[in-house]
Amino acid sequence: MDLSQAYSMMMTDLGATLFLLIVAVSGLVLVVFDAFKPRHVATPWIAGLALSAGFVIEMMSIGAPEGLAWYDMMRTGGSAAFVNSLVLGSGALSIILTVPYLKKIGHNIGEVYAMILFATVGMLVLGAANNLVTVFVGLETMSICLYILTGFVRSESGSTESALKYFLLGAFSTGFFLYGIALIYGATGSMEFGAIRIAAEQSAGVMFWGGVSLLLVGFLFKVSAAPFHMWTPDVYQGAPTTITGFMSTASKAAAFAALVVVLWKALPAERWADVLAVFAVITMVIGNVIALSQQNIKRMLAYSSIAHAGYVLVGLASGSQAGYSGALFYLMVYTIMNIGAFGVLALLEWDGKEGSEQTLESLAGVGYRKPFLGWTMAVFMFSLSGFPPLAGFLGKWAVFAPAIDADLVWLAIIGVLTSAVSAYYYLRVLVVFFMKPEGENSPMAEHSFDIPRSSAAVLIACVVLLVVFGVTTFALDVTSGFFAADTVTQFLG
Amino acid sequence: MTASILFFVLASVAIAAALGMLISRNPVNSALWLILNLFCVAGLYLTVNAEFIAVIQVLVYAGAIMVLFLFVIMLLNLSVLPDLKRIEWRRIIAFIMGMGLLAMLMFIVANTLDMVPDPVTLQVAAETGSATSLAKVLFTQYAMPLEVIGILLLAATIGAVVIAKKKPV
Repeated sequence: MDLSQAYSMMMTDLGATLFLLIVAVSGLVLVVFDAFKPRHVATPWIAGLALSAGFVIEMMSIGAPEGLAWYDMMRTGGSAAFVNSLVLGSGALSIILTVPYLKKIGHNIGEVYAMILFATVGMLVLGAANNLVTVFVGLETMSICLYILTGFVRSESGSTESALKYFLLGAFSTGFFLYGIALIYGATGSMEFGAIRIAAEQSAGVMFWGGVSLLLVGFLFKVSAAPFHMWTPDVYQGAPTTITGFMSTASKAAAFAALVVVLWKALPAERWADVLAVFAVITMVIGNVIALSQQNIKRMLAYSSIAHAGYVLVGLASGSQAGYSGALFYLMVYTIMNIGAFGVLALLEWDGKEGSEQTLESLAGVGYRKPFLGWTMAVFMFSLSGFPPLAGFLGKWAVFAPAIDADLVWLAIIGVLTSAVSAYYYLRVLVVFFMKPEGENSPMAEHSFDIPRSSAAVLIACVVLLVVFGVTTFALDVTSGFFAADTVTQFLG
Repeated sequence: MTASILFFVLASVAIAAALGMLISRNPVNSALWLILNLFCVAGLYLTVNAEFIAVIQVLVYAGAIMVLFLFVIMLLNLSVLPDLKRIEWRRIIAFIMGMGLLAMLMFIVANTLDMVPDPVTLQVAAETGSATSLAKVLFTQYAMPLEVIGILLLAATIGAVVIAKKKPV
């Protein structure tokens, strides 16, 4: 191929992945801008606008047919555009919540926004990957930025500790992941999903399945599924709260999206259904049961996010098109709920204490003192536990129903039972917020804290979205069109 | 024939250098042994026509990373470890022979189970190992991952500065 042809192809591909270009270039611009004008007000604006622009572009291309770009390295349109807009939307909302939070904790550094943008670049590449090379590069870009975002509050020992833990364990899991890719490449001679599947259907030996297992370990670590979940509570508790909201949603959505595509395009699903079902059961049980005994809300939400990873795995275990698209719908609902819940928690850190120290007791009676936060939190908690009018219920239906269709009734039953257990710890938050009297020496008695309008707008938006997606099914209809059987044959060509 | 003689000479020097690095009592000597090892591995790459990787091996590992090692050694001011009073040669020889036997047995087992992959012939390597062919692939087919790796390295550098700078912000 001559170079001018490659050049014109590159221009076409840049057009197809314009959102990625916008986010990456804005990140680079921010780094330079922050060096000349440190802590400038425009820094978060640039980041937020870049993410919003990308979000709008990707929202408009959800309806577009699925395609490939960058020499079949990335997918565009359809499900890829859906995941991209999920990641970009989560990033934009997190930036709005992060601005007042960083000012409050006195760590208003411009690099944080650049890091969020770079992490988003990694997630976009990961979520839209069509090749193990892109998966790995995206995963690493995302992870490195998240390690830094976890640990930038250096005055807080919890933040540093969690960053170190995250980094060491994350590097370890990266080793598993890379080794898996190497073995799969050795067995099939390709890193492109479609080619892997063709090679695997012809001959799949020990080397191939060993590679797939290692790859799966790497993925399950990143989505914090049990038994690879150990880092999650510490990291979610220690990281700055709005950053926790960002990484618990966007990074999980991107990693799950990549896993879905790997299962869908590269591996024959029937071989993996049982394995994933076992992981789903372990994850749901461990996440929900340990969450029952948590006193710190951030830690409790961390275990709840492990449990939610289990629910998504139920959808994947069904191995059907409905299960995969249901998982994507669930990830969207989960993103909205968790951004909101962590946003409320970030606002509740009024006394200078990091969320790592804030226990349930210290929040007693806050629902009457700050009714806005109390009621929005109530919506998020009801949705997380899956009460019907809200989107959390529809999301659970979207992942459990395909499992029943795939004859995994026992799995769906365990899922429903564990989510019944989860109602206890979600509703306990509301009991503490509304029914416990404010203690005599309650730390919030002498503090007044106001809610920034921007954060309030984000919380209201999350509530509205949860209600809208809960009572209407148009989002579910959009996702259920993804991963249709004819697209996979089209890819395999 | 010449190629395989070259291979065995380079490989044995590389192994000897690696051993020298491990058992040397002086950290600077260890680092110098490692440089010899890296050069030998670069030579091995040359014997399979992977010129580009050989050059990169010398430039990046033997050059940049070793300078970093030496700086760390000098900054940490590591003292020379005291000599062991008595080296138990019998144990060392027994260990080497045991490992050799194990390697031989494992090779035979792997060979009979047909698990040893066929070596890449020199013809294939000549097509894929040169800088030109690598660059062609890297800047067309893998251009997007390459650019994202650029962002990854930039983010890691910035993050290291943010986390490690003296005055916390």
